Amino acid sequence: MTEKRLETKPSIETLLRENGLTREEYDRIVSLMKREPNALELALFGVMWSEHCSYKNSRAQLRKFPVTGPQVVQGPGENAGVVRLDGARSNDRTCVAFKMESHNHPSAIEPYQGAATGSGGIIRDIFAMGARPVALLDSLRFGDIDAPRTKTLVSGIVAGVGGYGNCIGIPTVGGEVVFHPSYRGNPLVNVMCVGLVDEDRIFKGNASGVGNIVMVVGARTGRDGIRGASFASEELSDADPDKRPNVQVGDPFMEKLLLEATLEVLDMDLVVGLQDLGAAGLTSSAAEMAGRAGNGLYIDIDKIPLRETGLEPWEIMLSESQERMLLVVESSKVERIEAVFKKWDLTATAVGEVTGDGRFTIRRGTEVLAVVPAGLLTDQAPVNIRPWREPAWFRNRIPASHSALKNYGDWTGLLKKLLASPGLASKRWVYEQYDHMVGINTVVRPGSDAAVLRLPEGKRGIALAIDCNSRYVYLDPKLGGAIAVAESARNVAASGAKPLAITNCLNFGNPENPEIYWQFVKATDGIAEACMEFSTPVTGGNVSFYNEYDGRAIHPTPAIGMLGVLDDVESHVTSAFKGEGDVVALVGRTLEELGASEAHFLLTGRDEGIVPALDYDKERRLHAFLVEGAQRRLLASAHDCSEGGLAVALAESALQGGLGVFLEWKDDVSVAAALFGESQSRAVISISPDKWEATETLLKKHRLSHIRLGRTGGARFSLRCNGMPVIDCEVAELARLWNDAIPEAMK
Amino acid sequence: MRNGRTKTGMRAVVVVFPGSNCDRDCYRAMKAATGTEAQFVWHRESSLDRCDLIVLPGGFAFGDYLRTGAIARFSPVMNEVIRLAKRGVRVLGICNGFQVLTEAGLLPGALLRNRDLLFVCRDIHMKVEKVWTDFTNQYERGQVLRMPVAHGEGNYTIDDAGYRELEANGQIVFRYCAPDGSMNASDAPNGARGNIAGIISREGNVLGLMPHPERMSEPLMGGEDGCGIFESLLSAITA
Repeated sequence: MTEKRLETKPSIETLLRENGLTREEYDRIVSLMKREPNALELALFGVMWSEHCSYKNSRAQLRKFPVTGPQVVQGPGENAGVVRLDGARSNDRTCVAFKMESHNHPSAIEPYQGAATGSGGIIRDIFAMGARPVALLDSLRFGDIDAPRTKTLVSGIVAGVGGYGNCIGIPTVGGEVVFHPSYRGNPLVNVMCVGLVDEDRIFKGNASGVGNIVMVVGARTGRDGIRGASFASEELSDADPDKRPNVQVGDPFMEKLLLEATLEVLDMDLVVGLQDLGAAGLTSSAAEMAGRAGNGLYIDIDKIPLRETGLEPWEIMLSESQERMLLVVESSKVERIEAVFKKWDLTATAVGEVTGDGRFTIRRGTEVLAVVPAGLLTDQAPVNIRPWREPAWFRNRIPASHSALKNYGDWTGLLKKLLASPGLASKRWVYEQYDHMVGINTVVRPGSDAAVLRLPEGKRGIALAIDCNSRYVYLDPKLGGAIAVAESARNVAASGAKPLAITNCLNFGNPENPEIYWQFVKATDGIAEACMEFSTPVTGGNVSFYNEYDGRAIHPTPAIGMLGVLDDVESHVTSAFKGEGDVVALVGRTLEELGASEAHFLLTGRDEGIVPALDYDKERRLHAFLVEGAQRRLLASAHDCSEGGLAVALAESALQGGLGVFLEWKDDVSVAAALFGESQSRAVISISPDKWEATETLLKKHRLSHIRLGRTGGARFSLRCNGMPVIDCEVAELARLWNDAIPEAMK
Repeated sequence: MRNGRTKTGMRAVVVVFPGSNCDRDCYRAMKAATGTEAQFVWHRESSLDRCDLIVLPGGFAFGDYLRTGAIARFSPVMNEVIRLAKRGVRVLGICNGFQVLTEAGLLPGALLRNRDLLFVCRDIHMKVEKVWTDFTNQYERGQVLRMPVAHGEGNYTIDDAGYRELEANGQIVFRYCAPDGSMNASDAPNGARGNIAGIISREGNVLGLMPHPERMSEPLMGGEDGCGIFESLLSAITA
């Protein structure tokens, strides 16, 4: 990529390749523009029609999602989704803005900055809505921990997430950390940001009002991150260290200034519309703002504050320099905006104007460099319905043999192995590097099923969780997609919150491969269906394709970010056992389901078998029971029973509470399935003995089956199933394995 | 309301540097613990109204890419903080505020990167070593407090002579310890010399500590062990 490129008139083929456009797309551009675009215009199309900006390969599928409901104030299409906390009741105006985004490829190349700028971008999306960010969550996925580079990626990415969030002062309250060989070379970094905004104070990315002024505020524009959006739309390979210049560099202090200054000018009612400068920089922000308002606008690139000299127009327009925003303001307010930004040591510069001609114009002084109807860039990207094909193995799949698991015998040993495996081991080493308390709203800290935050005013709280079992999605994309929604809702419900709405981050391989696209179509089918069933509409999200390394795709990973609401935050429940002598019970039914289990993978190294079934009605009743049980203060603890099955769920509650258990029960499934099977719609609860009767009544009311397992207490973790001792060891020993696994591995 | 004091009797200001991020938390906790409604003061102010307490809150005052607190001490407000501190006004520096106080020379020593070079955010335990101070008079001597830390540079260090002086003058107010009050080097989350979590000036009016009392001042946040600091100040100031 040379700077002279635009002057020496290279062939169309070269230009198209450099801009990531196909010949068909070029022909479409020519017919839409009714002329040949110049090189700068072509560069604009290149980024705006990239998968990353245009969702050209995913749009048709995303239309399946339910996006409305009494709680939805803003669905997909804006900087972030917004939901009302009290549904249709309108006496309270508190809303939550939230969204999740990926920063996978930059993090693979440059872990610290990739992860840091991933946080920076999504934080800007939230305050661009006028919301004050109050929480971050991260879904991080890495190759197996012993693979080369995994540790480098883990320490760099965790430090980057922490470095940005800690400095800007937004607590990182939860998320997930997963290890699996499919993510070798292509880690996933999905960041979710959550903010609070009064319903009357929501701002949008609209360039409305002809004659209004367009301002760039925040950091100066440099050469970093140029074509990041196109880079995100390619596969990774060994040659990629060369792409380091495509990765942006983050400055959380600058973002903190930008956040405060922006919220201040919004508070003062000085702004008409605003948007952050993210992927494709000025080009996408300006075009999208104009497109949404049905207006045009021009930008004079001579006016843009630059960090270095000699930038070409296309570099300025495509730069992804961080910590910048685009504001549209009335001309009479420009000076007051400049003054506020000056207070925060930031520049705010008028760079253009909203026009009534519907065109996106780039000028240098009076010279016109590019003119494109704004809508062509934002709305006219091709919508590709890719061919998809169900893989032969899926059609002919047979249940895997679970003899390795069923004949294992040493259940205590297997539990120890599971607790010491990085996927299930305590993630303290990770979340202690994040300031998860700043803001003093974090009521339930990381490590429980969901994070719970109080709101600055009133009694209510919100619960947040991210979840996705990508092994399930790989083995059965539709069911796996549905389970990701079910499980994230279960996490939120186990904390005592009613599931309200989701955001998502859909991470897949190359969509041009029909079998990958099949995964995408089926997984989104499953998500759409589950969201409908649970009345948790999709308010936004992000698609990340081309997650492949040297031709191998990751497990399909549609991470679901769930938001729930608690009417009284004090009624929250955590997963830790609380006191000696509490009754421990399993809610829900265990079936003979060992397929796709963590235990099977641990013993065989294989992702195989039939994914556990999901019954929406049962799942909904479980959520209702958990929420009501919390509201009525019946539950001392509640914990989703998922990866690793009942044995792991019990151990986690015991380890978090520092309490032993003595449990004895009968079930009509094999011991292997009872302990390590991953049947859905189950939870482990503990209850003070005097509340057990009321709890049983409540279980009956919700028509949920349950097994009373025994009591908490003592220093041993002791389980007897179907008349046989199955697991027996010191809690302290399990604690050591569970706590030390990740710190030891990272040494 | 005499001399513009709030009805609870304490005039407190919270200094806001551009990268402060615990300023609002300090305000909320002080209000919850003592009813005091503090005033926020922007770092460019060069004079402060009459006040009884100045709080330097946690955060990353200027991004702290150089050395924590190194730039903040040059903010105009710091001259005023130093002037008032010399006249006996109480100054409480929490986390980044503690770092700023050492950079500004109001407290001795320095805060280096944590022993294992990682940022650490978790609850620790610390023992109240001195209860005669205006910041700790509501605690029992030897009381063990549970308190959150959240820092990358909390490894308190000082030369031998300085350390002896701190001990001799009784300036070490808080030390990291185990939940039962026993004390080992491993109880300090950051490697601080002598397990120092907080120290006070010789004159007894400037206190800096790494843990965050404002994060432990309400039952819903996990406990109220931090309230004692604000209550002690209120008691000392209104006595």
